[in-house]
Amino acid sequence: MIERKLTCIVCPLGCELTVTLEENRVLEVRGNTCKRGEAYAQNECTNPKRTVTSTVLCEDGCTVSVKTDEPIPKEKIFECLEVINSTTARLPIKIGDVIIKNVCGSNIVATQNRSK
Amino acid sequence: MRDLVIIGGGPAGMSAAIAARESGIQDILILERDGQLGGILQQCIHNGFGLHMFGEELTGPEYAWKYEKKVNELGIEYKLNTMVLDITEDKIITATNSSDGVFQIKAKAIILAMGCRERSKGALNIAGTRPAGIYSAGTAQKYVNTMGYLPGKNVVILGSGDIGLIMARRMTLEGAKVHAVCELMSYSGGLARNIEQCLNDFNIPLRLEHTVVEIHGKDRLEGVTVARVDQNRKPIPETREYIPCDTLLLSVGLIPENELSKKADIKLSGVTNGAVVDQDRHTSCEGIFACGNVLHVHDLVDFVSKEAEIAGKSAAEYIKSGKKQSFVIPIKADGKIRYSVPQIITEAKDVTVYFRVSDVYKNAKIVITDGNKTVLSKNKAKLAPGEMEKITLKAEQIKSVKELHFCLEV
Repeated sequence: MIERKLTCIVCPLGCELTVTLEENRVLEVRGNTCKRGEAYAQNECTNPKRTVTSTVLCEDGCTVSVKTDEPIPKEKIFECLEVINSTTARLPIKIGDVIIKNVCGSNIVATQNRSK
Repeated sequence: MRDLVIIGGGPAGMSAAIAARESGIQDILILERDGQLGGILQQCIHNGFGLHMFGEELTGPEYAWKYEKKVNELGIEYKLNTMVLDITEDKIITATNSSDGVFQIKAKAIILAMGCRERSKGALNIAGTRPAGIYSAGTAQKYVNTMGYLPGKNVVILGSGDIGLIMARRMTLEGAKVHAVCELMSYSGGLARNIEQCLNDFNIPLRLEHTVVEIHGKDRLEGVTVARVDQNRKPIPETREYIPCDTLLLSVGLIPENELSKKADIKLSGVTNGAVVDQDRHTSCEGIFACGNVLHVHDLVDFVSKEAEIAGKSAAEYIKSGKKQSFVIPIKADGKIRYSVPQIITEAKDVTVYFRVSDVYKNAKIVITDGNKTVLSKNKAKLAPGEMEKITLKAEQIKSVKELHFCLEV
C-alpha cells in the first residue's frame, strides 16, 4: 500500500487529497469535500485527464478560443495541440460549434463567437 | 437624465445591470471602453469559471457570453468603444467615443465597475536595463489568446499570481519553455489547483522566496539574475543565479482602477485601493456604488458577479426610494485580518462580510467583537491571503453594536 498526495483541480477550493493505493487500485480517498474530488482522485491515479483550452486560427487571420468538450488523457495534450495548431477555422463561428471532430477522444469546440 | 449608468461592461458591470433591471429599473446604460462586452474574461480562455454561479466549468469567454446574452435579452442599452473621462460628486459623467464625440450624462445613480489593472514593472524597482521582452502576464495573455502572437520562447515569470501561473501553462502549450516561476513570498498567491495543473503538470519549477534582481540585454531581453531572499525579503547576494531568457512576465498583483472614483472624491481604502463601501456597496458619495475588482481584487469571477448583484439591487432601491444612512458601524480589521468588505454597516439586516488575511494561518479562530464582548466566532483549519473568507452577521447581532472588530486568534 502506498499513499499519494494530490491537489484536487476540480474547483478553485483546491482540496489536498490523500489517496491510498494498492497496485494502481484506489482503496481510499481522504481530504476531499465533495464527490467530484473522489472521482478526480480515482482518475488522477489511474488515467489522468485534462481539459485543454487553446485558440484556433480563423480564415481572416483572427483567432477563436476553443476547448476540448471532454477532458483528454494528460499525455495526449501536445498531440491534441498539434491538431489544433494545424487547423484553420471557417467563419462565422458560434459558441459551442464543433471546430474539429474527434481529437484524442474529444471534440474541439468554440468558446467564442466570431462573425465573418 | 438617466436612472442608472454603469461604468464598465465586464462581469461586474453586466451582472449589476441585470440585477438592477430585474429589480425594476428600466433606464440603464452601460459604458464600455472595449469593442465588446465581457472585459478581461475575453482573454481568459482557460476553464474554471462559473462553478459557483452555474455549477459547471466554463472558459472566460463562455462565462461572459452567459451574461452578454442576458443583457441583450433584457434589452439593456450599452455603448462600446466608449471611454469615461470624468465623473463628479453630483453624478455627471463625461465620456467620449468616435460617433458621439465628447458627451455628458447626468445619472440618478452610478455603479463603478471598472475592474483592476496589473501592477507594473515600474512599481517593482528591478535593477538593470530596460530591453524589449518584458510584459505583464495579462499583456502576454492578450497577445497569445486574442491576437495570436507568442511574445517569446524562453520565459521567466516573476510572481505566482493566478495570471502568471495560467500564462506559464499557456506559453508552454504554445511551444515556449518556461524556466522558472519566482515568488518573493514563501507561498504562492495563486490557487492550489493552478500550481498543480499549470506548473506541476509541465514540470515548471516554482521557486518560492526568490526574486528577479537584475535584468540583462540591450535591445531584447537576454536574461535575468534571480536570487533567494532572506526573512526580510532582501536578496541574498551569494544565491544570485543567471537565467538566459528572452521574455520576462510579471504577475505581481492587481490594483483596482480608481482614477474615476478619485475624481468624484469618493473615499478610498488604503488597504484595498478600492472605495470604502457599506453592505449595499454604496460608496461615501451618495448614489454611487462600486462592485467587482474596482472595489477589491476577487479570487473568482463568480464572486465578482455575486457582489455586483448586491450593487445592482441596491442601486435600484436607491433610485426608487432614496436612502438614508441612520447609523454607521465601522468594521475594524486587526491586521492579521487585512481588510473587510464592506468596511461599514449602515443598516440592521443580515450582512455577509468578506475578508482577507495577511499571512498563512493554521488552526485559527476568527473572532468578531463589539470592542468588548464576542459577537460571533468561527474556527478555521487553514487561512491564506490568496483565499477570500466570508462570514454572515445576523440583523440582531448588528442592531446592538456600535462597532465591530474582526480579529484572528492563532
